[in-house]
Amino acid sequence: MQLTERQHEYWRRNLRITAILLFIWFVATFVMGFYARPLNEVNFFGWPLAFYFAAQGSLIIYVVIIWYYARYMNNLDREYGVEEAEDD
Amino acid sequence: MATPASTAGGAAPGSNRAFFSQLKKVYGLYTGGFIAFVIVLAIAEQMGMPRVFIGYTFLIATVALYAGIGIISRTSDATEYYVAGRRVPALFNGMATGADWMSAASFIGMAGTLYLLGFNGLAFVLGWTGGYCLVALFLAPYLRKFGQFTIPDFLGARYGGNIPRFVGIFAAILCSFTYVVAQIYGVGLITSRLTGVEFGIGVFMGLAGILVCSFLGGMRAVTWTQVAQYIILIVAYMIPVVWLSVKITGVPVPQAVYGKVLQKVSAREEELIKDPKEIQVRDIFRQRAAAASARLKDVDKSYADGKAALAAAVTKAEADAAPAETVAAAKAALAAYPPDAAAAKAAWTKDAALAGRSAPPTRHAEAFPGKDEAARDVSRRNFLALVFCLMVGTAALPHILMRYYTTPSVRQARESVFWSLFFIFLLYFTAPALAVLAKFDVYTTLVGSDFSKLPQWVSAWTKVDPSLLSIVDINRDGIVQLAEISIGGDIIVLATPEIAGLPYVISGLVAAGGLAAALSTADGLLLTIANALSHDFYYKMLDPHASTARRVMISKILLLVVALIAAYVASQKPADILFLVSAAFSLAAAAFFPALTLGIFWKRANKWGATLGMVAGLTITFYYMATTQPWLRGLFGVTSSIADNTWWGIQAISAGLWGVPVGFAVIIIVSLLTPAPNRDVQDLVEHVRYPNIKGDTMNTLET
Repeated sequence: MQLTERQHEYWRRNLRITAILLFIWFVATFVMGFYARPLNEVNFFGWPLAFYFAAQGSLIIYVVIIWYYARYMNNLDREYGVEEAEDD
Repeated sequence: MATPASTAGGAAPGSNRAFFSQLKKVYGLYTGGFIAFVIVLAIAEQMGMPRVFIGYTFLIATVALYAGIGIISRTSDATEYYVAGRRVPALFNGMATGADWMSAASFIGMAGTLYLLGFNGLAFVLGWTGGYCLVALFLAPYLRKFGQFTIPDFLGARYGGNIPRFVGIFAAILCSFTYVVAQIYGVGLITSRLTGVEFGIGVFMGLAGILVCSFLGGMRAVTWTQVAQYIILIVAYMIPVVWLSVKITGVPVPQAVYGKVLQKVSAREEELIKDPKEIQVRDIFRQRAAAASARLKDVDKSYADGKAALAAAVTKAEADAAPAETVAAAKAALAAYPPDAAAAKAAWTKDAALAGRSAPPTRHAEAFPGKDEAARDVSRRNFLALVFCLMVGTAALPHILMRYYTTPSVRQARESVFWSLFFIFLLYFTAPALAVLAKFDVYTTLVGSDFSKLPQWVSAWTKVDPSLLSIVDINRDGIVQLAEISIGGDIIVLATPEIAGLPYVISGLVAAGGLAAALSTADGLLLTIANALSHDFYYKMLDPHASTARRVMISKILLLVVALIAAYVASQKPADILFLVSAAFSLAAAAFFPALTLGIFWKRANKWGATLGMVAGLTITFYYMATTQPWLRGLFGVTSSIADNTWWGIQAISAGLWGVPVGFAVIIIVSLLTPAPNRDVQDLVEHVRYPNIKGDTMNTLET
């Protein structure tokens, strides 16, 4: 199968958004986790900051990452004409 | 009761929108019906219905409901049986995945783990949610586009030939089986609690509950029961926590307000760490443990010495013509002495373990507690390693990935991961709140109370099972000290309704929720194992000409066989069941994640790279576990010390930290050393990368 330049571009944009979101995921998980002790000194609406993120904040970030990826890719499909036939 | 499966059976292909709105109506009615059912039971309880009947009613009603859905969804069509006809809307697939994902360990164990471990326990919360980012970004949409029935299917098609498929089958069974044993164990435990039958009988009763869901209807039946189970489990989890939050903070949104409660808990911890009475109790434990350890150095000698000393005391008391009470006391002490050296050793070993209780309470919010900088570093390293293994493992467990084959489109597969994590998130961001609220109640109400006036839930649960809760007045001051309380994690969720002062019907509801969590996960896992054997092994490798009906029939028979074996293993109460569950994550991570992601994102990955990469990842993970985990070490007769075998201080539970990079490295190196995959495979990779390309004639969709 011969892909057009536009289709290659679609895949590059997919890789770019994947990398960006993965970076956010990494920071929310491992960077926050690594610096948990100093971050815990900060008070965040009653919670120590690192505790709040590990218990709630990072989880919210995960949900938003996945929501944004689905929205972005579904739009990208249409923009590049690779969307599926109407399924619903 | 109306069930969704009846509508599922009636929907014509191409009417997905109508199907979706019908499903919403049916499950809306179902949720209302379920709440009405709980209210009716609550009224019945007020009118004097005995507790044991409430337990039975919950058990029978919910299992009958699942059975009903299972029977209505029966099918012998392959697409229906393996992937629920591929028309599960994103929202409902999300709920089904939530139930599939959240096991008895999440439902009952999670809040307790957080109670006991504080911040470090949050590794499970992070790991078991963040993994869905990897599912969304790397796997779900591509697997859906590929659109066959199982994960080994993808390995077989992408890497060509039966060898990668076979390694996939082996790994899928290895990680799913250990996991399903733990679920059936949980089902047995809850069933026996709810009805009072023996554990072994509870296991097989629970097994019947599992089988009625999946046996007749495969994935189709499992999907629609899982949606029903999700609704029950989330309602059952939320009600007691909200109530407890109202009781403690006056606000019904525990997740938003427990920060203030955490501050109070932290302040209380500082008091308890310095409290003289607490220190006194901890010292008693330390002395007992030290004495026991000293005796354990030479069991036979200390046994003989101890016995001789007691016997001498009796003789002396008699010779001195001491008062009758003194003689009787000396005799009683002698009679209470262990009958032989082995019994003495067991008793002293137990006493030596009390050293753990001589430590001051850990600070709930403190990250990576440790006595010095080095200990804190190791603790942090293990926390991050565990998070990594749980996340990558989440994105590699076949029973979860399989669920994304069931959506109608790639678009909905992406949305479905969002809904999955959203529904899982609802429970996981509540669990830390519950742990803090329960801790607050224990630290402020229970600690410091009078032994003669213990709260009602305490006396009730100490009778049920002393390993869950036992309180002994160690320093005999008549007041409960924190150090005198020995608490098992599972009690946090189980006792919350009573701590919050709710009627018994809510306790029944919680048990039904736990049962739903365990049943739904067990169903998904059993299906994965049976499909790996029937679809991948029998159909794809042994008899490619088998008819559809025959394949589905064989799958059903295998499901039964696997379920019976798993139930048998569970009824033997295997030693280290919690470890087995966590091990499944590391094993799945090392076996599947590198081969699946590289298969999609790197066209150059080939058959030999993937095969050897999976084998190498699995081997290194398993080797690390076998040399550093006590139970496995015993099994394999490893004698060198754990410390010698440990790399970088990482615990056995996070063995995947080594397996995953090794898997990636081996796939890349071996692939580069061997010829590139042929044009067809490259086309397949391009095919799965785009939801729909005009002119793409390839069709991998299996029906």
